[in-house]
Amino acid sequence: MSAVNAIARALPIPAGAGLARTLVERNARAFRHGWVTLVSGVFEPVFYLFSLGVGLGALIGDVDAGGGRMIEYAAYVAPAMMAAAAMNGAVFDSTFNLFFKLKYAKLYDSVLATPLGPRDVAVGEISWALLRGLLYSTTFLVVAAAAGVVHSWWALLALPAASLIGLAFAAIGMSVTTYLRSWQDFDYIQLALLPMFLFSATFYPLSTYDESVRWVVQVTPLYHGVAMMRDLMLGDVAWGILAHVAYLVVMGLAGLLFAARRIERLLLR
Amino acid sequence: MTTTTRAQPAEGRMAGRAFAYWITNYRRVWRGTIISGFLGPLFFLVAMGFGLGTLVDDGGLGAPGYVEFIAPGILAAQAMQTAVGESTFPVMGALKWQRQYHAMLAAPLGIADLVLGHVAFVAMRVAITSVAFAVVAVALGAITSWWVAAAVFAAVLTGLAFTTPVFAFAARQDNDSGFNVLFRFIVMPMFLFSGTFFPVEQLPAVLEAIAKVTPLWHGVELCRSLVMETATAAGSLGHVAYLAVWVVGGLWLAFASFRKRLVT
Amino acid sequence: MISAHRLTKRFGEFTAVDAIDVEVRRGEAFGFLGPNGAGKSSTMRMIGCVSPPTDGSLRILGLDPATDGPAIRARLGVVPQRDTLDEELTVRENILVYGRYFGLSRAHVRAKADELLEFAQLTERANSVVEPLSGGMKRRLTIARSLVNDPELLLLDEPTTGLDPQARHVLWDRLFRLKRSGVTLVLTTHYMDEAEQLCDRLVVMDGGRIVAEGSPRELIALHSTREVLELRFAADDHAPYAAKVTDLAERVEVLPDRLLLYTDDGDATAAAVQRRGLQPLSVLARRSTLEDVFLHLTGRTLVD
Repeated sequence: MSAVNAIARALPIPAGAGLARTLVERNARAFRHGWVTLVSGVFEPVFYLFSLGVGLGALIGDVDAGGGRMIEYAAYVAPAMMAAAAMNGAVFDSTFNLFFKLKYAKLYDSVLATPLGPRDVAVGEISWALLRGLLYSTTFLVVAAAAGVVHSWWALLALPAASLIGLAFAAIGMSVTTYLRSWQDFDYIQLALLPMFLFSATFYPLSTYDESVRWVVQVTPLYHGVAMMRDLMLGDVAWGILAHVAYLVVMGLAGLLFAARRIERLLLR
Repeated sequence: MTTTTRAQPAEGRMAGRAFAYWITNYRRVWRGTIISGFLGPLFFLVAMGFGLGTLVDDGGLGAPGYVEFIAPGILAAQAMQTAVGESTFPVMGALKWQRQYHAMLAAPLGIADLVLGHVAFVAMRVAITSVAFAVVAVALGAITSWWVAAAVFAAVLTGLAFTTPVFAFAARQDNDSGFNVLFRFIVMPMFLFSGTFFPVEQLPAVLEAIAKVTPLWHGVELCRSLVMETATAAGSLGHVAYLAVWVVGGLWLAFASFRKRLVT
Repeated sequence: MISAHRLTKRFGEFTAVDAIDVEVRRGEAFGFLGPNGAGKSSTMRMIGCVSPPTDGSLRILGLDPATDGPAIRARLGVVPQRDTLDEELTVRENILVYGRYFGLSRAHVRAKADELLEFAQLTERANSVVEPLSGGMKRRLTIARSLVNDPELLLLDEPTTGLDPQARHVLWDRLFRLKRSGVTLVLTTHYMDEAEQLCDRLVVMDGGRIVAEGSPRELIALHSTREVLELRFAADDHAPYAAKVTDLAERVEVLPDRLLLYTDDGDATAAAVQRRGLQPLSVLARRSTLEDVFLHLTGRTLVD
């Protein structure tokens, strides 16, 4: 928790009291009343893993995981499900939930009457989204390991990797949320997320695409998340993975700075 | 002062007025629904059918290729998702937040009118997205039979089989946490395991049996057999009858739930 | 406690608060009166350090909100116009969590919560969720919550709007106690009886400016007469009657359904009216209230 405060203090944005952890505490308390929602989030990636990996996998057989190495489809798709779940969870928290708190529950109106500032709000909410994501990625990794689709001890690094994906998407999601006007606008978020979920070399290799469109896939953030996760869970780690990490770190930090500024402008009028 | 008192039709005969309200409402928001209701299934078709399809061994599918296999599956699954989406938050909203139902009851409309009117609107929403998806699937060559027209009706029936029970469920909820359970433990597993993406015969025997009880499996089978032109009269009637039981049973429950919630 | 000089808030072209000067002293109850849109809430938000002033200077507790926002807010209690209770939490948790926002220790906040629930008469509802509470209970909880940090200065934006008479009196009682215990109160209201009950000093705002300032008594003495005589006639238009009595009062106001005669002795004026042979349906002589001052200063036109 002190790490949360350290981040809050380090950001070059005014108006914060270093009390972001109290907002995390608030969210944890609120979820004691809504624990069903929290727990149910565990199952979605697991269902996908078994539907695609096991059900459809029987019709697919082995897949080229890059460099001609053939692996069973479930092992191929599992890291992608974990990356996509990290993305979806972070985006849901930082858009839908945040919008509700911002526009309807007016939560931050009361929060800002206390020493907490916009910076604490941004850091607190993102920290919460990451903690929640960590719960999901841990359970998913355990299930995947039990199903025998995890091939290396490198996979332990998939947990911080999932948090990194979560940070990158939560920061962007939060920035986007500050521009939303009504619930109808959420359809546009879906419009961005669903194609990424489906086309970022999640379900089938990049080589399926024609050479001319591959670069489009390769600029999307989820592609880097999936590629990083796949390298780790299949134990295929090389220096190249740092490029994926760097992409997501830059995206996360830039998004965080922008989101905090936007929230400040929105709340302190 | 002059008073105009007009004789009002019996309850259940004024559903058209409730339907008209929802149409008016829809004209303000239809743009967003195009994305979630239409582009979503289209993306699934392209990614799964054409992308993933290149990896799938077409042997056990009973279809010329994977894209032809999942197109009717997505047609039915999309109908389910549109129906459930339109029967959860909008119903709770009309009960609790915007309270349109209360406004309708203050007018001469009765419980049956507002349920039937709203259900009819949901059916129309399902029909629109189903037609749109069918047109694109045909254009992309994923569906080649003219029986696609019948499959659209089958999709609407599938949607209705979810609409009425979910109306009954939604009217008994106080907050949205029940919807989370519905989406994540009922709708999502059905979407993934009821024959949309792979034949249920791939599942372990117990799960296969469960899958075959779900309305979605009947909807998927009906749509698929129609566009594959492998449908038999007996088989199709069986699916239709099964779905109809859900529609009628759900409607009966919905009337009861709405009456309990609104008439006290 | 609060010292504002030529304080101004503009939103684009619109000037919500127009160069006002305000001094609030420790221990007093200070009121901002005015119709909707007068600039009261904007002023309150600036004092609450959640809205940076466009122009002018503002010092709160001797500090500058622009640089010491968190430090000031740590010593402030805020009761916003609309309850911003956390509906995902219980009554007690609302106070606990809010206290934690101030960096107070868990043990301290737990003890404080019990004390405040008692104060707000909510002990029995401590573990209930917030949603089903009545309007009065929610308002009391909001006030209890705002006291969790033992504020030196309590800001109340329309504390009793929308409450039934019983609930208002309970709230006033609680605010009296706070004032007696030394808390400085700053409140906005458009209920004149509330202002007369609670405020030592007040300003009347209209169109972003301060149009009058003083104690309730001073304001009545300055902007109204001691008494008001209300006359109701059996006619749709009261204007013709006004001409007949205009010399009997300092000022006569014509309303759609009655005449108001501003005078120092209502009974004497009533007798004078009788002597002129006028026969009103009803005659009511009453003391002048802050409401008369308010309507005189801000006009009777409906403001939205």
